[in-house]
Amino acid sequence: MTALVWLIPVALALGFTGLLGFLWALKSGQFEDLEGAGWRAIQDDAPRPLSDRAPSSRSDQGKK
Amino acid sequence: MGLALSTNNLAASSADLADEGSRLAETIDLAVDGMHCGACMTTIEGALMACPGVVRARANLTARRVTAEFDPLVSSTQALVQAIGRVGYTAAEILDARTGVDAARADDLLRRLGVAGFAAANIMLLSVSVWAGASSDMEASAQSLFHWLSALIALPATAFAAEPFFRSAASALRVRRLNMDVPISLGITLATAMSLYQTSRGSEQVYFDAAIMLTFFLLVGRYLDEAVRVHARGAAENLLGLKALSAHVLNDDGTVRTVAARNLVPGMRVLVAAGEYIPVDGFISEGQSEVEESLITGETLPKLKTRGSQVYAGTISTTGPLTVEATAADDRTLVAEIGRLMQVAEQGRGRYVRLADRAASKYAPAVHLLGLTTFTGWMIAGAGWEQALTYAIAVLIITCPCALALAVPVVQVAAATRLFHKGLILKAADGLERLAEVDTVVLDKTGTLTLGEPRLVDGGRIDRAVLQRAAALAATSRHPYSRAIVRAATEQGILVEPASSVSEAPGAGLIVDSGHGIERLGSAAFTEVPIASSLDGAEIWYARDGHPPQAFRFVDALRTDAAQVVIELRAAGYRVELLSGDRTAVVASAAGAAGIDDFRGDIRPDGKLTRLAELKAQGRRVLMIGDGLNDAPALAAGHASLSPSTAADISQTAADGIFQGERLAPVLEALAVAAATRRMSLQNFAIALAYNVVSVPLAMAGHVTPLFAALAMSLSSIAVVANALRLQTKRLVLAHHRPDSIAAAKIGAPR
Repeated sequence: MTALVWLIPVALALGFTGLLGFLWALKSGQFEDLEGAGWRAIQDDAPRPLSDRAPSSRSDQGKK
Repeated sequence: MGLALSTNNLAASSADLADEGSRLAETIDLAVDGMHCGACMTTIEGALMACPGVVRARANLTARRVTAEFDPLVSSTQALVQAIGRVGYTAAEILDARTGVDAARADDLLRRLGVAGFAAANIMLLSVSVWAGASSDMEASAQSLFHWLSALIALPATAFAAEPFFRSAASALRVRRLNMDVPISLGITLATAMSLYQTSRGSEQVYFDAAIMLTFFLLVGRYLDEAVRVHARGAAENLLGLKALSAHVLNDDGTVRTVAARNLVPGMRVLVAAGEYIPVDGFISEGQSEVEESLITGETLPKLKTRGSQVYAGTISTTGPLTVEATAADDRTLVAEIGRLMQVAEQGRGRYVRLADRAASKYAPAVHLLGLTTFTGWMIAGAGWEQALTYAIAVLIITCPCALALAVPVVQVAAATRLFHKGLILKAADGLERLAEVDTVVLDKTGTLTLGEPRLVDGGRIDRAVLQRAAALAATSRHPYSRAIVRAATEQGILVEPASSVSEAPGAGLIVDSGHGIERLGSAAFTEVPIASSLDGAEIWYARDGHPPQAFRFVDALRTDAAQVVIELRAAGYRVELLSGDRTAVVASAAGAAGIDDFRGDIRPDGKLTRLAELKAQGRRVLMIGDGLNDAPALAAGHASLSPSTAADISQTAADGIFQGERLAPVLEALAVAAATRRMSLQNFAIALAYNVVSVPLAMAGHVTPLFAALAMSLSSIAVVANALRLQTKRLVLAHHRPDSIAAAKIGAPR
C-alpha cells in the first residue's frame, strides 16, 4: 500500500506530461502539415541562413 | 474573376500599418498548384526567401499552400506570385478564406480530445485495478482511494472536454428542440454526479470511466466531421483562388500596372488582349471584339461587342484587344438578376436534415423514455430512489450513442477521401446524403456535357491544301473557330505556319492578300459566299479568288465519356435531362449525340429554376450539374449539385461538389460513393441498434456493471469504425436505383 502513495502520483505525473506535450505540439502547429513534415525529414539540404541563400537558380534541378 | 467589385484595398491597410512606425510584416496565404513532394516545398520556399522583403516562407503540403511573411513596403503579393511562377508553379492568393475559422474549431476539438484521452486512459487504469481487485483481496479503503482519484481526474476533464456537447444541448433546449446532444449531456452529467455521490458512500456503482470514454468517442466523431469539412473547404478555396485573374490597369499617364481582379474599383480602365478573360464587369471604352460568353449564357457562339457594349467578368475577348471601363454592380445587369434568382432558389431549398440528426430526433426521446421507465419501474418495485437512479443512469450510458455518433462521420471521412483521390471535392457536409437520394440528373450543355469549346466537324473530308491555307490564316487569330481549325489541321499532321500580314475584322473574319490572290476566312457575308448562313450559324467559309468556297462547320464537342456516362446513369434508373441556354437546334444535336431524350434549349436562368420546380413538384429529387453563371440559381435549387472546376465562381460556390478533369465519370463515382455511404451509415446504425437491443434490457434489469458498460461501449465503437473503413478500398458500381427503394427510404426517414 505504501508504494501506491508515490507510484500513483508518478504515474499521473507522467500521463500529465504526455498531455502537456500534446497540447504544446497542437499549439505550436505540429499537426498542421503532416504530409509535408514527413518530406522535410528526408530533405538533404538543411535550411541555410538567409544571407547565403543563392537566388532561385538551384530550384529547377531540385524540382521533381 | 471577381464578379462583384471589391472596394477593400489591401494597400491602404498596409500603409496604415507602416504609419505606426514599426516595420510590421504582412502575412499572406498563397494556394500553389502542382506542389507534390518535399523538393517542391524547398523550391517554393527557396524562391520566396530569395525575394527582397520576405521574412519567412513556409509551405504546407497537406493544404497545398504556402504562408509568406513579407514587408509590404518592399514587396507585394503580385511579386511573390510571380516569383513562384518563375520556378514553374502556379500560385494565387486565397480569396475570403474561411478555413481559418474552421481549422481553429477543429483544433479546439482536438485539444479537448487530448484531454479526454488522457483522462480516459488514467481513469481506466484505476478502474481496471478496481475490477481486478474485486475478485482478489482489495481492501475497501484502497477501492475508495482509487474512486476518489478517478473523481479528481474525471470532474475537471469532463467539464472541459464535454463542453461542446453541453453548449449545443443548451442552445437546442433554448429553442425547445431535442438534438442528440441532450441525452449525451444528460448521460454524462448524471453519470458523473451520481458516481461522485456513490464514491462518497463507498459504493461500487461508479461510472467515471464510462462517462469520460463516452466523451472521448463522441469527440472523435465530432473531430472527424470537422476535419473533413476543413479539408474540403480548403481545397475548394484553392481552386477558386487559382482561377482568379489579374488585370492590366491603364494608368492616367498611359502606363500599365498589374492588379488582382478583386482589387479593381469602378472607373479603372482595364486592358484585355485578344484571347484573354475579361476580369471585370464593365463597358467597352475602346476597341471591338467578338466576346465568348458561354460561361454566362451557355451560348457557344461569340457575339460582336463594340464601344459602349456591356461585358461581363468571366467572358473571353476572342478577336480584338479591348479597353474596358470597370463599373459597379448594376441592378439591371444579368449578374444582378442571377443574384436575385439565387436568393429565391436558396430560400426554396429549405433546410436539409442530416441522417444522423433524423436518427437522433427518434433516438433521443426513446432514450429519455427508457431511462425514465427504468427509474419509475424500480421505484414502484420498491428499490429506493438511489438504486433506481443508478439503474436509470446505466441505461442512459448504455444507450448513449457512441456508435451512433461515430457511425456517420467515419463513413463520411472514408467517402470524402475516396472521392478526393478521384478528383472530386465535396464541399457540403450533407452533400453525400443528398446525392444518395437523387433520382433525376439534369445537365447543362455548354461546358458541362460538352467541353465548352468548338471542334471542327469532318475535318478529314476537307481538302488538305485548303485546310492548310485556312489554318495558316486562322493561326493569327484567337477566335475559338480559328483555334479549332488550327487544332484540326495539327491533328492531321499538317504543319501550320501563320500567314503574314493577315488583318482581322472583328465579327466578320480574316483577310490576307498574298501572292495567290485575296484569301478570306469568315462569315458567309464576309467571304461573299452567296449562301444564306445556316440556321445554327456554327459555320464559316474559306474563299479564294477563282476557287470554290469551302465551308467549315463546328460543334461544341461532348466530353469524351459523356455518352457512356448517360448510358450508365439510365441503366441505373436515373432520369437524365438536358437544359441549356443555347439555341434549341444546337441543344438537340448535342442531346442526340449524348443519347439524352429529354432536352430543352433557349432556356433563361429563371426557366431552369421553373423546370427544377416542376420536377420537384413531381416528387423527383434532382441532381443539377452545371458550370455557367446562368446555372448558378439552378445549382442552388437542386436537391444536390455538382460543377466542373472550369465553372464560374458563383456556380462553384453554389455547388455541393466540384469535379476536375475533362471527363464526366466523376459524377458516376460520386453517385456510387454516395449510395455506398448511405448504405454503410445505415449498416452502422444497425450495428449500434443491435448492441442496444442486447444491452438495454440488461441495463434496465440492473445487471450492467461499470465493467460491462465500458466493454460494450468500446466494442460497438470499434465495430462501427472498422465497418466504415471498408469504404475506402471497396469496389463500387452504380447499383440499379429502384423507385420503390426511394419510397421505402422516405417512409423510413421522413423529414
